[in-house]
Amino acid sequence: MSEWRELVSSPLLMLLVTLLGYQLGLQLRDRTGGHPVAQPVLVAIVVTVLFLTIADVDYAVYADGARLISFWLGPATVALAVPLHRQVRRLRGVVGPMLVAVPLGAVVSIVSAHGLVRLLGGGEELALTLAPKAATTPVSIALSEQVGGIPALTAVVTVVAGVLGAVAGPTVLTLARVRDRRARGLAMGASSHGIGTSRALHEDETEGAFSGLSMGLTALATSLLLPLVLWLL
Amino acid sequence: MLRGLTVLLGCQLVGEVLVRLTALPVPGPVVGMVLLFGFLQLRRTPPDDPASGTLPSASGTLRAADVLLKHLQLFFVPAGVGVVVYLGVLRDDALPIAVALAGSWLAGLLVVGWTVALLGRRAASDDAPGSVS
Repeated sequence: MSEWRELVSSPLLMLLVTLLGYQLGLQLRDRTGGHPVAQPVLVAIVVTVLFLTIADVDYAVYADGARLISFWLGPATVALAVPLHRQVRRLRGVVGPMLVAVPLGAVVSIVSAHGLVRLLGGGEELALTLAPKAATTPVSIALSEQVGGIPALTAVVTVVAGVLGAVAGPTVLTLARVRDRRARGLAMGASSHGIGTSRALHEDETEGAFSGLSMGLTALATSLLLPLVLWLL
Repeated sequence: MLRGLTVLLGCQLVGEVLVRLTALPVPGPVVGMVLLFGFLQLRRTPPDDPASGTLPSASGTLRAADVLLKHLQLFFVPAGVGVVVYLGVLRDDALPIAVALAGSWLAGLLVVGWTVALLGRRAASDDAPGSVS
């Protein structure tokens, strides 16, 4: 019996389930003609969570096996230089606005997340957990640890913020009459990091490139401003 | 492709080294992204044309990057699955978490989008950017 147990919690099965869930997500996206809710990351998370619950596998065991997947987040972040390289001509005229907007956006994200948690009766630890959630996962996790949040929960809320952007970001931006592709991309990357960038890349190459750039700048701005903002609060 | 992946990993490594040397508060991969961008710009890599490579190493980099970025969402799945550990916390503090997450996300999105649109219109009215029709 225990040899079966071993197989059920093996990295092989963890990878397989994650990949199958993700591919199911890709198929759903294509079948629904790119419906915003059919984000592969969301489908993959739901499928994997169901599997772990039914098969009674600990998250720690899963995370260990799935490290082969999360590892590629690093090289993929480096790869965001490529769409930016292709779009470099479009940078003209937007560098100044971007350098104002991104730090401003980082401060607004931090203050509103922290403030809303406290306002609605959440504890300080929870407020600190949500404060860095606009930065991409590796950064938000490290920052959460640094300021006294719960890093693993920060990872989850960061992913949820990303999914929110992938699902609703373009629609909200259209409703808000933000039409410039560059402004749209910068907004997506600033609030929904890599997951929003993935949706933006799917929408339009310019949006994707600026979203990737914004994700990097937001990571930097959040790292620098979070301690300062929390000290002022 | 393989050479391209090597370039990406190499940039990440140099990024990690620089972060450790300078105590920059940024993750290594973000520094690696800046380095790769500089490298592609300096070599004047033809942007649109990864297949017919006059610069084989750079065109491989573009191809490897395209493959990884096509599946960027996949790499976030393991972190997101961590939600199973916190279902209890999420239930207990559902209201503050949901409202703060959605509200703060929306505020960040709109502030950046509107600020860039507003300042950008003034700065580059001569430049015709692509926009949503």
